[in-house]
Amino acid sequence: MGKRLFESQCALCHGQTGGGGRGPNLHRPQLNKAPDDASLRKVISQGIQPEMPGAWQLSPREVKSVAAYVRTLGSIPLEPLPGNPSRGERLFKTKACDTCHMISGQGSGFGPELTGIGSKRSAAFLRESLVAPEAAVPDEFLLLDLVTASGATIRGVRMNEDSFSIQIKELNGEFHSYRKAALKDLRKLRGKSPMPSYADALKPEEMDDLIAYLASLRGNS
Amino acid sequence: MKRSSLFLLASFLLVASFLTAQVRYERIANADNEPGNWLTYSRNSLGHRYSPLNQITPANVTGLKVKWAYQFPDPRTEVSPIVADGVMYVTGPNSAAALDLQTGRPFWKWSRPIPPDYQSIGFGRVNRGPAILDDKLFVATLDCDLVALDIKSGQERWSTKVADYKPGYSLTMAPLVIPGKVVVGVSGGEAGIRGFIDAYDAKTGKRAWRFWTIPGPGEPGHESWSGDAWKTGGGSTWVTGSYDPQLNLVYWGVGNPGPDWNGDDRPGDNLYTCSLVALEGDTGALRWHFQFTPHDTHDWDATHVPVLFEGEVRGKKRKLIGVANRNAFYYALDRETGEFIAGRAYAKQTWANGLDDRGRPMVIPGNEPSEEGKLVWPNLNGATVWFSPSYSPQTGLFYVAVREVGATYFKREADFKPGTFFAGGGEQTLGGDDEWGAIRALEATTGRIAWEFRLKSAPWAGVLSTAGGLVFGGTNEGNFFALDAKTGKPLWDFQTGGQVAANPIAFNIDGRQHIAVSANRVLYVFGL
Ligand code: HEC
Ligand code: HEC
Repeated sequence: MGKRLFESQCALCHGQTGGGGRGPNLHRPQLNKAPDDASLRKVISQGIQPEMPGAWQLSPREVKSVAAYVRTLGSIPLEPLPGNPSRGERLFKTKACDTCHMISGQGSGFGPELTGIGSKRSAAFLRESLVAPEAAVPDEFLLLDLVTASGATIRGVRMNEDSFSIQIKELNGEFHSYRKAALKDLRKLRGKSPMPSYADALKPEEMDDLIAYLASLRGNS
Repeated sequence: MKRSSLFLLASFLLVASFLTAQVRYERIANADNEPGNWLTYSRNSLGHRYSPLNQITPANVTGLKVKWAYQFPDPRTEVSPIVADGVMYVTGPNSAAALDLQTGRPFWKWSRPIPPDYQSIGFGRVNRGPAILDDKLFVATLDCDLVALDIKSGQERWSTKVADYKPGYSLTMAPLVIPGKVVVGVSGGEAGIRGFIDAYDAKTGKRAWRFWTIPGPGEPGHESWSGDAWKTGGGSTWVTGSYDPQLNLVYWGVGNPGPDWNGDDRPGDNLYTCSLVALEGDTGALRWHFQFTPHDTHDWDATHVPVLFEGEVRGKKRKLIGVANRNAFYYALDRETGEFIAGRAYAKQTWANGLDDRGRPMVIPGNEPSEEGKLVWPNLNGATVWFSPSYSPQTGLFYVAVREVGATYFKREADFKPGTFFAGGGEQTLGGDDEWGAIRALEATTGRIAWEFRLKSAPWAGVLSTAGGLVFGGTNEGNFFALDAKTGKPLWDFQTGGQVAANPIAFNIDGRQHIAVSANRVLYVFGL
């Protein structure tokens, strides 16, 4: 029953066999956020804000059986990553990733912070982030084009929005706020990312190195 | 004049002013005679949430300013206050206060601890407002007491246990006053309760009648259940109903059957879940019922404020009742008989091919929750939910805050254990920008959409319409706003800084119109 529930409730984020996706690879005997059975059951039923939803629809019995299944995944050996993390760390600077990303307080915070990204995402997901960043743009990085009353076109990331106003950040970091009724046009570029694709800008080895580096980032603690 | 007669006159005046400061039932029945007050949940017992006040208009609404604010101890306040004779009465979970209408400063406060073993199964710890009659304020507590407070002191006159909270019963709604009685309904539809509607004697707190929403063996409607399923059949009654004084009928909405998302063990229509019931005010006897969603498996409670209005049907004036249901259909019924008059979808829905001649949904098979999940509109919170609609006799329009949300519904096993979640599944909504909302104006007799004003996300706030020609509403992102009641054009908005998840009201302070609404912890009062 645990396997079936995992496949219907968790696989969407953790992969069909727990190998990871948007959520981390669970092929690890030790889980940071779920060191013991009680905390594992808690992670499952309450989730991890804001990225993992709590499985409140599962009964305590079902939670227990999913947890037991997650523990069996721990014995599947982690596939070693091909790249070299220290070369990846240098590439992160030379490829100017740090003009948009902060790691341990260094860099610029235009994109999401990557300090603990290795414990949140699988290697496959990280690869996709570099190759096709538009595949999974989080809501807080929605890109939009708007045309102001004076006719200027401005592209930016949506910082906030309500029914009457919208706040954006331009790619140069400048904040703007507009009354929606005063705009000539407001286009949400869903399926587009503020981050360029690196599919062509990185050699295959460089890609592996960067991913190995990102996967090694497990937070400040 | 002799000294003794002077004394007599003085004491008479004292008594007289004391009496006018009381809220006799006639004052509620004739609420239009005193538009400056707001004496019952929806201002009148017909469920209109419409104010005859007309000083604030499309021409001057941009001049609205905050006059005062009151901070509650608890977050996400859903209260709809009562305003009577210079005092505003507000409630929170197990608490109440009487505020000076001029300043918002409390005259008194009352509270009771929430028992440590109390749990709200399937909803938030909220209270939606008090009710008032004579010299008493009626407050329903989470742990299921109906409490009558002296309006002058906030001290308890009586307190009655409505139900045991331990199996999952709770009270979150504003009671409804009818002549001599206070009517309440219960929450608990996710805990396998058996729902009921109760009326209590306003003077003594003694129970006058109870209507079980799930008929027991031998009662009509019981055949719509099988085996023992009725015992855990749900049918909560957690939103304030309406009352027609002429017909002496109480109209009340009934919630979902239990378990919510797994109907396997309860084949049949599951009466009177997801229905509207018309009960005799004196006895609680059922006059008629209308079921919106037979055998519901999506948690589409029919718990809405029913709106009573007069409408023309095929050239004849009829007494009607309008309901914008959680299941995404709007219904106009005859309120004397329950006869279906008209109905149509007022929001996106993917589960029915419309309604048949008798108003029963023509269900599209395959939209039940499943193991793998099934995407259906609307989501479990429905196309609208507990927050109030509004009806303006001036425009003949029914205003409703609409939620456009789809969700993948999952079915799971459901084991009944008293006092625990008895749901049989759940849902995952689409989230983000795939969800949105609107204020829609419907022709009350047909449900045809006259206009819509789009909202960024699916709202949790009710609407108020006024004789000044305005409709007020609120958003999750903290906007409180006014639209033109005829066209839906946005005219004014104010950022409150907190989610608006409450119903607005209108009243006078010193003869000048004001509007009040809660946003998270803060109640704002606006005036020109
Ligand atoms: C919507 C995507 C999503 C779903 C569905 C989901 N998870 Fe997660 N999960 C995540 C993300 C993202 C994280 C990392 C969160 C963080 O660290 O901030 C995570 C973290 C975890 C962790 C902690 C891992 C560690 O290294 O400590 C466990 C265990 C877990 N998930 C199990 C489950 C199980 C079991 C289910 C199904 C019942 C599930 N998750 C469903 C996205 C998801
Ligand atoms: C122009 C700014 C910009 C540059 C340059 C940039 N990124 Fe990004 N990156 C973003 C934004 C914005 C997002 C979030 C939107 C998205 O996921 O598509 C993002 C997302 C990511 C994510 C996914 C984060 C998550 O939480 O899932 C990773 C990993 C990432 N970037 C790595 C890199 C690396 C490595 C480089 C350099 C090769 C780089 N980025 C260069 C802006 C940038």
